[in-house]
Amino acid sequence: MLVNVPGPWSPLLGRLALSEIPYTNPILAPLFVVIVLAGIALVAAITYYGKWGYLWKEWFTTVDHKKLGVMYIILGLVMLFRGFIDGLMMRTQQMLAVGPGDNGMKAMGAIHGYLTPFHFGQVYSAHGLIMILLAATPLLVGIMNIIVPLQIGARDMAYPYLNALGLWITAAAVFLIMISLFVGDFSHNGWFGYAPIFELAYSPGVGVDYWIWTLELVALGTTLGSINFLATVVKMRAPGMTWSRLPIFTWSAVSANIIALTSFPCLQVALALVGADRYLGTHFFTAGFGGNLMLYTNLFWLWGHPEVYFVILPAFGMISEIIPAFSEKPIFGYTAMVLATFAIAGVSWIVWLHHFFTMGMGPYVSTEFSIATMLVGIPTGVKVFNWAATMYKGRLTFSAAMLWAIGALFLLLIGGLTGMMLSIPAVNYMVHNSVFVVAHFHMMLLCIVYAVFGAVIFWFPKVFGFKLHEAWGKIMFWLFSAGTFLVFFPMFMLGFMGETRRLDWPFDPHWAVWFDVQEIGIAVYVLSVLAFLWMIYVSIRDRAHHRVGADAWGTSRSLEWLTDSPVPFYNYAMVPHINARDEAAWRREHGFSESRPDHFAAIHMPNNTGVAVYIGALTFVIGFGLTWRIWWLTVAALILTVLIMIYRSGKGDPGYVISAEEMEKLDRQSRQNMSDGQQHLPKGGGYTGGTVTAYSAAASDQRPQGTPPGNSRPLS
Amino acid sequence: MSSSHDKPVDPNQVVLWSDDYEGHDVISTRTFGFWMYILSDGMLFATLFAAYGVLSYSHSYYTGPTPAQFVAPWYTFIQTMALFLSVLAYGFSMASLKTGSKAGVINGIIASMVLGIVFVGLDIHDVLRMISIGVTPEVSGGLSAFYALTQVHAAHIFVGLIWMLVMLYQILRKGFTEDVVGRLISLRMFWQFQAVMWVFIYVFVYLWGYMS
Repeated sequence: MLVNVPGPWSPLLGRLALSEIPYTNPILAPLFVVIVLAGIALVAAITYYGKWGYLWKEWFTTVDHKKLGVMYIILGLVMLFRGFIDGLMMRTQQMLAVGPGDNGMKAMGAIHGYLTPFHFGQVYSAHGLIMILLAATPLLVGIMNIIVPLQIGARDMAYPYLNALGLWITAAAVFLIMISLFVGDFSHNGWFGYAPIFELAYSPGVGVDYWIWTLELVALGTTLGSINFLATVVKMRAPGMTWSRLPIFTWSAVSANIIALTSFPCLQVALALVGADRYLGTHFFTAGFGGNLMLYTNLFWLWGHPEVYFVILPAFGMISEIIPAFSEKPIFGYTAMVLATFAIAGVSWIVWLHHFFTMGMGPYVSTEFSIATMLVGIPTGVKVFNWAATMYKGRLTFSAAMLWAIGALFLLLIGGLTGMMLSIPAVNYMVHNSVFVVAHFHMMLLCIVYAVFGAVIFWFPKVFGFKLHEAWGKIMFWLFSAGTFLVFFPMFMLGFMGETRRLDWPFDPHWAVWFDVQEIGIAVYVLSVLAFLWMIYVSIRDRAHHRVGADAWGTSRSLEWLTDSPVPFYNYAMVPHINARDEAAWRREHGFSESRPDHFAAIHMPNNTGVAVYIGALTFVIGFGLTWRIWWLTVAALILTVLIMIYRSGKGDPGYVISAEEMEKLDRQSRQNMSDGQQHLPKGGGYTGGTVTAYSAAASDQRPQGTPPGNSRPLS
Repeated sequence: MSSSHDKPVDPNQVVLWSDDYEGHDVISTRTFGFWMYILSDGMLFATLFAAYGVLSYSHSYYTGPTPAQFVAPWYTFIQTMALFLSVLAYGFSMASLKTGSKAGVINGIIASMVLGIVFVGLDIHDVLRMISIGVTPEVSGGLSAFYALTQVHAAHIFVGLIWMLVMLYQILRKGFTEDVVGRLISLRMFWQFQAVMWVFIYVFVYLWGYMS
């Protein structure tokens, strides 16, 4: 039944051997040393300051949706950095290797540039996989995790423990792909894999196995998360939060998670079948024995395209929250916006074939998928016009978050229009697999990154109680935008000049100048990363000056801005009653923004649990054991996982109750903490409302962002 | 759009905090979530069916046997009956839950388990028979898809049996707590869904395979 692997295998260690650690590799070995030293320093620091107990009790075992969301975002940012380094390596390779004159760096063992073709293949495969599934997805899931329960007035997600489980399984996937750097190698077949190159006969190493199990784990984590989000929104809304009052971001989370719930099983099956081919010797995707190569490509993109919208829809939702807040107007065309969101989600299921028009499915099928792809442009266009109409005649504040949101619109426009070009099969045949396509989808994914940075800046004060440094946020925005321009506009041109993707040796010397421009762009990106880190540092250092009240921007609209900043662990002292679509704006405009509950009720909260961490660790062991074919380890970890689940199910979680008196005390304290740092903040402001409490410049020469200027035009 | 913003509001009439909000219903939330899981499990089977559909052309079987040569619809019909009776038994068990009869619930689940074990036993026997005549997943893409679809279903049944065992223990140990009742309802959904999937497998894989 089990396939015999090429090379040595032992029952105890499977395929694992000391020779699998690439200690002779001139790039990986020093990196390994650096990471080990950094790891030791980190562990030593935590031990020295005695923070292990704090980390374990407050973070690792938490089931609080805000803390889990923060951990998701940290995970996503770390992987965004890792993926960025991969991108930097690819740009540098192509800059060095271009043209027939290049002989490669012999010291690195390279024929061209400084990377071997095999290593280059691993770098671009890891880059794609990491950016989509381990950077974008955790970032978006993290933000949804924090914001969705707050926006619907819930105390937590529907299943807090499942939420923690999703995080730790995603973390297991992250560890698995990171360990592939130093133990064995990673897949070199591209992030989506090609049949039959990923078959054991052509990829005998463990790289493809790492790829399979990383994807399986992240798919599992995301599916669990999507169930949780849907149940939360359907079942946990506060009284008065009808469907027609749901904030747009929550709507986008609903649509995205419907996509995730229904599409991730396709990925899981597709990869499980690849695994069956590699481990059990079946013939799903082999070139002979009745296998079907294109079945894999279809199954993968059957998930792959909905997945693309799974990541873009929450980004649209974030833009839809940021723009109204900084335009001081409600979102234009709420109903159209919701319908457009679901139209995009629906169409996402019928366009997957446009990823491989060149398969040659004939004119009729191609036409169907071409038209379906073009249909995506209609609801997306509706959204863009709605955002533009929201800004029209609004009182715009160009804060850092707003800049990121507007920047996202430009990228969406460029990415969308090039997408329309690609949806035409005749054009698609010409540019298929060229870097024109790469530039197109980077525009779309960077649109997500822009929205995420905007959302991080926008909601950061809600979670931590102080704003990020505005000026550095803007500097980062302009650096990042310059980098985007310098890297991807040449890429569009190179695509038309005939450069195909994934070249470890770009042979045409005419391309050289554009590779140099792209390398400069990467350098600017590096500056933007530094600006980001500096922004975080400065903001934490000066946090006392950037403390905020409940309504951090003074012009915020949706429900989450009612509760204290930072959000207390119980979210709302009393569950709010929703009166309007933009509840925070409604209360502000009717003079209720200072209103707080005058009596309290006992609430029930879930306990922390370490079980999710244990199961996450075990899923990592399962992935690692399967990759290296250490069967005893895999089976033992699997059985242990099931036993822990049964144990947890038997034990249950009674939770704990906070009494009404205690709740009152907590609320008073939270309010006190908040008002201590609040003196610089505006009390109100807003264009649409009748009641505007003017901004008081009390003892501050610094105008906080999001406030109308002092000489603003008279209202009413 | 923003009409609610423009209306004057009487501060003494407006409700800002929900006094009577008692939180969500645990069982209903859990059942909804499990229903979502069933949806994703349905997609999993749909994908496997798609793979089976693509890999059931005559050339998919390479030079090896086709289902017409090795499936035994009458044998599999016994499996079908075992699974359906198992679902029926579980239904009786759930009917007893409404009257709070512990014995009724436990007897129903035990009957359901026995019939489920019969199903899995027959499946294992069938697989061993096919392997003994050289029908293995390594032979061709078509057989790979056949095994994937049928055995993934059998694995679901196996998981369901373990779940029933755990539930028997929990009923005896804790009685009908909110958690236990919620899990019993989820298990009912799971079990009925697997039976529905089996209908499709029986029709499209076994019956259709036998006829084609």
